[in-house]
Formats: sequence, C-alpha cells, structure tokens
Amino acid sequence: MYSYQPFDKAFVRRRITQFREQIRRRLDGSLTEEEFKPFRLMNGLYMQLHAYMLRVAIPYGTFSPAQLRQMAYIADRWDKGYGHFTTRQNIQYNWPQLDNVADILEALADVDMHAIQTSGNCIRNVTADHFAGAAADEIEDPRPTAELIRQWSTDHPEFMFLPRKFKIALTGSPQDRAVTRAHDIGLQMQRDATGAPGYTVIVGGGLGRTPVIGQVIREFLPKAELLPYLEAILSVYNSIGRRDNLYKARIKITVQQVGLEAFRAQVEERFQRIRPHFSGVDQALLTELEAAFAPPEYQTADTSAFDQARQQDPIFNAWAGTNLHPHKHPDYAIVTVSLKAHGQTPGDINSHQMRVLADLAETCGHSDLRASHEQNLILPHVHKGDLPALHAALREHGLATANIGLISDIIACPGMDYCSLAMARSIPIAQQIAQRFDELEHQIGPLKVKISGCINACGHHHVGHIGILGMDRGGVESYQITLGGDHTEQATLGKRTGQGFSYEDILPAMERLIQAYLAQRSTADESFTDTYRRLGPAPFKTALYAHV
Amino acid sequence: MSKSFRPGVITANDLRNGEVVYFTAADHWSSDHTQAEWLADAAQAAQRLNRAQQDSHIVVDPYLAEAQRNAAGEPEPTHFREQFRTRGPSNYWHGKQAA
Repeated sequence: MYSYQPFDKAFVRRRITQFREQIRRRLDGSLTEEEFKPFRLMNGLYMQLHAYMLRVAIPYGTFSPAQLRQMAYIADRWDKGYGHFTTRQNIQYNWPQLDNVADILEALADVDMHAIQTSGNCIRNVTADHFAGAAADEIEDPRPTAELIRQWSTDHPEFMFLPRKFKIALTGSPQDRAVTRAHDIGLQMQRDATGAPGYTVIVGGGLGRTPVIGQVIREFLPKAELLPYLEAILSVYNSIGRRDNLYKARIKITVQQVGLEAFRAQVEERFQRIRPHFSGVDQALLTELEAAFAPPEYQTADTSAFDQARQQDPIFNAWAGTNLHPHKHPDYAIVTVSLKAHGQTPGDINSHQMRVLADLAETCGHSDLRASHEQNLILPHVHKGDLPALHAALREHGLATANIGLISDIIACPGMDYCSLAMARSIPIAQQIAQRFDELEHQIGPLKVKISGCINACGHHHVGHIGILGMDRGGVESYQITLGGDHTEQATLGKRTGQGFSYEDILPAMERLIQAYLAQRSTADESFTDTYRRLGPAPFKTALYAHV
Repeated sequence: MSKSFRPGVITANDLRNGEVVYFTAADHWSSDHTQAEWLADAAQAAQRLNRAQQDSHIVVDPYLAEAQRNAAGEPEPTHFREQFRTRGPSNYWHGKQAA
C-alpha cells in the first residue's frame, strides 16, 4: 500500500499544528463557534447529539495492521473503546473531547492517517471497491488511481469551496461493489478495443433527498486523461453549480437542470482547454503508485484443510458460504469479517477485536485490511489452507458471524442515537431485524436491507432491496419502506410502498414482508430481488398493508 | 419568539466535551435536565436564550427545547429527540444513562 512521502507527512503535521492552535483559541474564547465551525469541519470534527464525533479518512478503504492497532489505541485512550465504520469507508469516534482532538490527530499522523476532507464542501475521501487488488473479476486494481485522485484532490486550491460536498468512487471490476452510480462521479474501469484499460465516467449520481442514478458522461476515458477530465467536471460544476440553495447544490441537480448533453459539452470544452497543461507528471506518479500497490507474494501451500473443513464442520461451511469471495489467485480467498453480529451495532468494532484482527491480518492476511461501504472489514488475501484456523480465531472473538449478504448484514447509519441531523433511530431497528431473522436468514437467502435515519440517506436506503427510511411524523418516529433498490452495476432506486410504520410496527411489517417473499418465491433459489422483479410490488404491498 | 412558542428549557452541548447541558435559573449549565430553568413565557424565554448565548465560551449552539413539567415540577422534554438527549444512545449504556 501507499506510504506517506515527506510532503504528505509535512502537510498533515502542519494542518494539525494549525488546528491545535484553532482549538486553543476556541477554548479561550478568541474564536466564536461560528468562526471555529469551518475549521473543525475541515478536520473531520462534528458536534453530534451527545458529544463530538471525529471522522477519520481511510482512503479507498485500505489500511494496515499497524493503522488498525492505532485506531484501537485511540479508541481506548480518548474514546469509549470502540470505533464505527461508515458507509464511506471511514471510521468514526463518537466521544472525543475537544481538547484531545489535536492529540488524536497526532496519533493518527504517526501511522499516516488523518481526518482532512472528511467533511465540508470539498472532494471527500475517495472510495473504491473493497475487494480491489484481489477480486477474481477485476480488470485492474483501482487503488493506484484512487491514490492519485486522493493526492490531486487534497487541498486542491480550486476545489476547497465547492457548491456542496463531492464524492468520487471507483471500481476496477465489472461487478460494481463501490456503488459508483450513486456518487457525484463514479469511475468504472473498462478496456478499449485494443485491450487498454480506461474508465467509463459516470456523473451526477447521488442519494439523499433527491436520489439520482448517475449517467454516463464518457463511455471510455483513457487512463492518461483521467485527472484533466475530472478537473474539467469539477471546474464546470464549481462554476455553474447552485450556491443559493443547499438542497439544489449537488452536481446531480446541476446535471438535471442543465441537461446531460449540455453539461457534457461544457465539460468537453473545458477539458480541451486544460488537457495540454497536464504534462504527464500525473502519469509518472501513477506508475510509481502502481508499484506501491503490487500484489503480495502469494504462497504455494496445501489447501486440503479448507476442503476438509467445509465437509466436516457445518459452522465453518456456513461461514465459508457467505463470507468468502473468489480471489484472483485460485488458492486464495477474500474474507469478509462481519461487523454485524446479531444484535450488535452495524459497523462497530471494539478495540480488542481491532487488535485481534490486526494480528490475524499479519499472520494470515499479508498485512492487508479493507473497510467496506457495507460496514464490514475485509482480509483480501487469505490462503485457503489458513481459513479454518482464521475462522476459529475470528469466532473466538465474535467476528465470525456468517451473514454477509443476508438480511442481518444491514447497512445502518448512526441515526438518532448519535447524529444531530437524524429524524429517527436506525441502529435499534437494525438490531431487532437481525435478531428476529437470525435463524431464518440462510433460508431467506441474499437480501440487502439498508436503513437511514433521515432523508440524507447515509444508510443508502434508496438502493436497498428493502430500504427503511426513518422520519419524524408529528413528533413520533416513523419508518417508510422502499422495495426493489439495487446498489450494483444495475443500480436502481427502490420504490416507496406506502405510509410509514411506527417504531413498534416496523419489525412486524418486516416479518410480513419476508413471509410474503418466502410464500411467493418460485424456488428456494429465487432471491428476494428476483421475486420482486418477477411479481412487482403488489403482493408485498398487500402483505404490508392489507391488515391495516 | 413566534406565536408558536411552547414552554421549554434551554439546552446546548458543552464546548469542551460535547455533553448535553441545560441552562439553570442560576445562569449555570447543568448536565441534568431536571435542573433546567422552566420557561413558560415567550418574552422571558427570549431574554434567557439571549443570556445563554453569551456563554459561547462554555457551550455550543444553545436553543429552546420544548418541555413540560412532571409531577415533581421538573421539566421533561416532550419530543423524542430531546428525550434521547437526556439519556444517551440506545445501543450502548454509556451516555448520561451510565452516570
């Protein structure tokens, strides 16, 4: 993985020094909150419902065992012993004190991490396929490009005060695990007719109060043209994006209002003007970065222990069936470590578990770790012969829940248990659903439930097979269900079923929904989504509302 | 205050640790909502909010939160958001409820 160069280290330390002084001035009354707020947001510090929250960037979801141990140290020393992984591959600490934040940032800098641009109207932490560099279906590892974008976008003088926040996601695989169509810019790697890799560029996607599936602005962009093309898109958006209305300021609204063709014409015109100014330095850097992301030295070893365990150990077999993904090396597997133990908070991991996972990544994971936007952690390179022992170790520490892709593998935003923007709670809803369907979920099969505590949709409810949106209806928590969403390369927005359900009624509603699916599916292998697509919403609406 | 004024208490977050705090009749900030000053009059509430906002070196973003008095005469927030703020998160026992 990429290691900070002296300029990265100097930049991060300089920013901490600045922010430490800003905190000091806020605490001694020299700065008002109005003056201080932009500074703290630039450094990832929010005020939430019960405390401050520090959002730490994990660029493209890649981190090392040493970094995970440092996250554990921070959790123990300055927080409440745990961290929360988010839908943007970040980690959040929910209880830092203001006068400790600069020290936390110093501790992060010690392991080449920071919290810069995890908030504010700038280019946010770039996200990528969490299986990058390992997936069997991958064209190329997208992380060198993601790192190039990180360096280009960090403190970019033109793009630090955009009309609104701006999110970029990349995938190097045809199977889109990065939700690229729901980002301001999505990049999907492709090959041209000669076999050369480049990108399909998607623009104007996003969830939130106005969900939009992104549109293709360039079918194929050669790799060498990526940065000038991104700069052209950002530049046009920065010029014509609305600044008069917070809710109309995202690029998705700009593209809608201008029209894709007109927007594309402006981007192409801008691109032609700035392209000559890119001298090739970015491509030289990209070549260096590709070396930094070279694959590990794969082992040649016996894999029979894996096959035997699958045959002899039903618990291991169930876990292998859900939590492993094909690796590009036939003797290896990608392991998803579930942070969704039934009844636990989605995305949370305590400091002890962090240290266990860091050790396991070193002993059998080539020291590589990932965070997924689905709030799980990944060991991307595990030799199949090591899997039984790995599973046993994970199980000992509550990290071997066999539920990836099942109904309890729920994305849930922090909701009103933490977030000051939330209109209702998300976490307890996720906990109840996971516990209710614990014993049934393997029978139910693949099903993505995504829960947001407000219309900002951090829980991606619009693209959940079942989406749940928490609202405030007359001073009461209410939950609206959407069906038929899809976060993959076939991205689809779910459709609302009807009126919302109360906090007490949402679990019974989910039970009726799942019972209807089980009764209606044509075979045990027909997934919820396939059944929904075959039958449409009618039988599910009937199940939800017929008794009302 | 607008015509939609409803009785309540003044609440904010502590500047140093972010804890939910309430403005008392003695011009102090308490972490206990039952110690909050009950404000039933719109003009008085506006005056007290103005006073609370002068404590920007102690708290962040004071505002008036709707509340009613319980049988003991103590203020209790009426909206579920404010009720959660008096306790802490529901997934862990380490907000105010742990005290």
